[in-house]
Amino acid sequence: MKRRGAQILWEALTREGVDTVFGYPGGAILPAYDAMLDYDIHHVLVRHEQGAAHMADGYARASGKVGVAIATSGPGATNLVTGIATAMLDSSPIVCITGQVPEAMIGKDAFQEVDVTGITQPITKHNYLVTRAEDIDRTVREAFYIARSGRPGPVLIDITKNAQQAEIDYQPDEAPIRLPGYRTDLAAVAEEYEHAIELIDRAERPVILAGQGVIHSVAGAEVLEFVEKSEMPVAMTLLGLGGFPASHPLNLGMMGMHGESWVNQAIQEADLLLSFGMRFDDRVTGKLAAYAPRARKIHIDIDPAEISKNVAVDVGLVGDLKQVLRQLIAAMAGRKRPGWLDYIDGLKGHAAVRDIQRLPDTGHLWAAHVIHDLWRLTGRDTIVVTDVGQHQMWEAQYYKHDAPRTLITSGGLGTMGFALPAAIGARFARPEAEIWVIAGDGGFQMTAAELSTCAQEGIKLNIAIINNGYLGMVRQWQEFFYQRRYAATPILSPDYLKLAQAHGLDGMVVSSRAEVPRAVEMARSSAATMVVDFRVEQEDSVYPMVPAGAELHEMIRRPEESALPSPVRQSKDRPDTPVRAPTSAIAETGRDEL
Amino acid sequence: MQPEKQNREQQHRHNGNGQSGHNGKRNGARAALRRELHTFVAHVEDRPGVLNRVTSLFRRRAYNIDSLTVGRTEIAGISRMTIVMEADAATARLVEANLYKLVNVLRVEDVTHEPTLLRDLSLIKVKANAEIRPKVMQIAEVFRARVVDVTTESLVLEITGTEDKIQGLIDVLQPFGIVEMVRTGIIAMTRGADGIPIDPGFVHARVPTNGDS
Repeated sequence: MKRRGAQILWEALTREGVDTVFGYPGGAILPAYDAMLDYDIHHVLVRHEQGAAHMADGYARASGKVGVAIATSGPGATNLVTGIATAMLDSSPIVCITGQVPEAMIGKDAFQEVDVTGITQPITKHNYLVTRAEDIDRTVREAFYIARSGRPGPVLIDITKNAQQAEIDYQPDEAPIRLPGYRTDLAAVAEEYEHAIELIDRAERPVILAGQGVIHSVAGAEVLEFVEKSEMPVAMTLLGLGGFPASHPLNLGMMGMHGESWVNQAIQEADLLLSFGMRFDDRVTGKLAAYAPRARKIHIDIDPAEISKNVAVDVGLVGDLKQVLRQLIAAMAGRKRPGWLDYIDGLKGHAAVRDIQRLPDTGHLWAAHVIHDLWRLTGRDTIVVTDVGQHQMWEAQYYKHDAPRTLITSGGLGTMGFALPAAIGARFARPEAEIWVIAGDGGFQMTAAELSTCAQEGIKLNIAIINNGYLGMVRQWQEFFYQRRYAATPILSPDYLKLAQAHGLDGMVVSSRAEVPRAVEMARSSAATMVVDFRVEQEDSVYPMVPAGAELHEMIRRPEESALPSPVRQSKDRPDTPVRAPTSAIAETGRDEL
Repeated sequence: MQPEKQNREQQHRHNGNGQSGHNGKRNGARAALRRELHTFVAHVEDRPGVLNRVTSLFRRRAYNIDSLTVGRTEIAGISRMTIVMEADAATARLVEANLYKLVNVLRVEDVTHEPTLLRDLSLIKVKANAEIRPKVMQIAEVFRARVVDVTTESLVLEITGTEDKIQGLIDVLQPFGIVEMVRTGIIAMTRGADGIPIDPGFVHARVPTNGDS
């Protein structure tokens, strides 16, 4: 049959199960958009292509399916870059399709020409430049296969305008995908398993480090079985949250820079660390040279290049976590470790409840209280999509995720502006789910234009803006490490109530804890997207904190109550409260920062 | 890639004095491991941009390439690269693992500790008038270099061999005045009857662990 390249593109996408794409049209992608009208595809028009990539990413993270973003050449393509890098760092499967100038004009600096395959090479798992209609079908199949298999990641397909326009004789490609250099079957050998089993059975003070690999591999059941058979406590990475239930008694909580103190302490004192699909990011290890000095280390990862990249390990088991755990569970002896668990319980002491309980309910609003209340008031399957900064860490600390894919957040790249578009993507992946956006006033303003997308699509989100009038996390670092010189961190917000209304959406302002439950209830019962502006304490900080480059157990704790700043709202311009004496841990931090 | 490195003495290269230091930023325990020149043979699909993907990987991960060559193989559509870099054993394995992540890379073999033929080819243009010419030609003969061009004022020598041998010739020609010089970089092939399998059935994921030395 005769088909134009643009038609082949949609047929190939449809065969991959795509029914929703996020994009923005333009000259070089026009043939594809024209053909789209004849296919059963829902296109979400974004307000900026960065939003399209984040939406595809949010769609992928909420569903495990491949998300699709589409943009034109030149600026359309470059606007995708932040979203692609975000997906790359967090191993999220997305396929981005960009238009390119006609093949004959490539290299001529044509209007809206940019070398997008060159630009995105280091931030994609793989990318393609397609100049012939004949190659579109095969390329789409390969791209989806690469994006979702092995360690997932973004793939970009740049298609020249002439390839979209050319009409060819076309039969759908049914042949098996042949990518001889792309191997997802790299595996560990038997001796490595034997070595691992030996370490596991012998360990007295083990800690499991559970990352996003648990979620990608759908290995929740295997992790549970492993944990209960071995009675090993589990520490979570940010992206792992939800992969193992927070309510499980052996779940210690989050590790790392803003992890719980007892979790970091347990890691530092462990004699065995088992990494389940996590990559020893600097935010979870602290100073590498002093990381878990007495622990043997077993690293399970599907990506061989992660083994011993940051932390030299004793055993690297390459493979799909689910399969690897099945082998380990079958071979290991299983045992109880009451002494170690009691010891960790003792480490918690009053720290487990100290931070949030020490925040006085003075009628003023603390961010941690907002998030804690939100958790109490919403259900187990609620999806929370966060932005980046203080609110993100408070969410990770105070919202207890029990189910996988209920937390969607930009971890590796730390992309401000991620939350709203990612939540829109999640909405299309999970039409029935309750979705909350939690964003700071800084990050929200980066992509707030996507409110208009919410309105145009008529979709329902609940948006909690944790509004403290500062770029809070940067302000916190300035407070701790830059003598409280608040360079460029005070930020003015629009009136979010009016902003919501201007988009035909609902809005609300909340400034005391007593109002939180009612606001949450109103947002949930509103049919339209609701923006809730939580006016929280301005100069609160995220505790505990391991300063960048410090050893993992050297945590800055929340000051005692007497040392808390008086809960009086300050003006949005430069605060004039006196400088508090830094805690000793801060004063000692003369380290290089990251 | 790094001309100044090409001219370093062989002694230096093999001892590895740690001066390029990018490993020092990595795990302290591993930085102490011995660094040496590693030679990788990589078979890659012959497609546009593949060389760029490989070199970009080295740049992106802050690995320094000492030498990189690429050319056709006995199989149509498959190119062969020889990559030489200074690294400790753990870093070498990470390089290998990262190369495997490139979709167009078919097979990577670290031949550093295999019996391997290493060859470099060089053309060297030397100042040589009628009086000097016999001396240069005599030296060429000792090194089994060939004279491939002669003018009244110059000679061009072609030499094939190990880096050491070529460096040796360069050192003795230096006093006459080297007008220009070009080197191909190292190509490598293991000795013996077997070739490197390009598309093996099973690949054991070789990863660096504390057991390596």
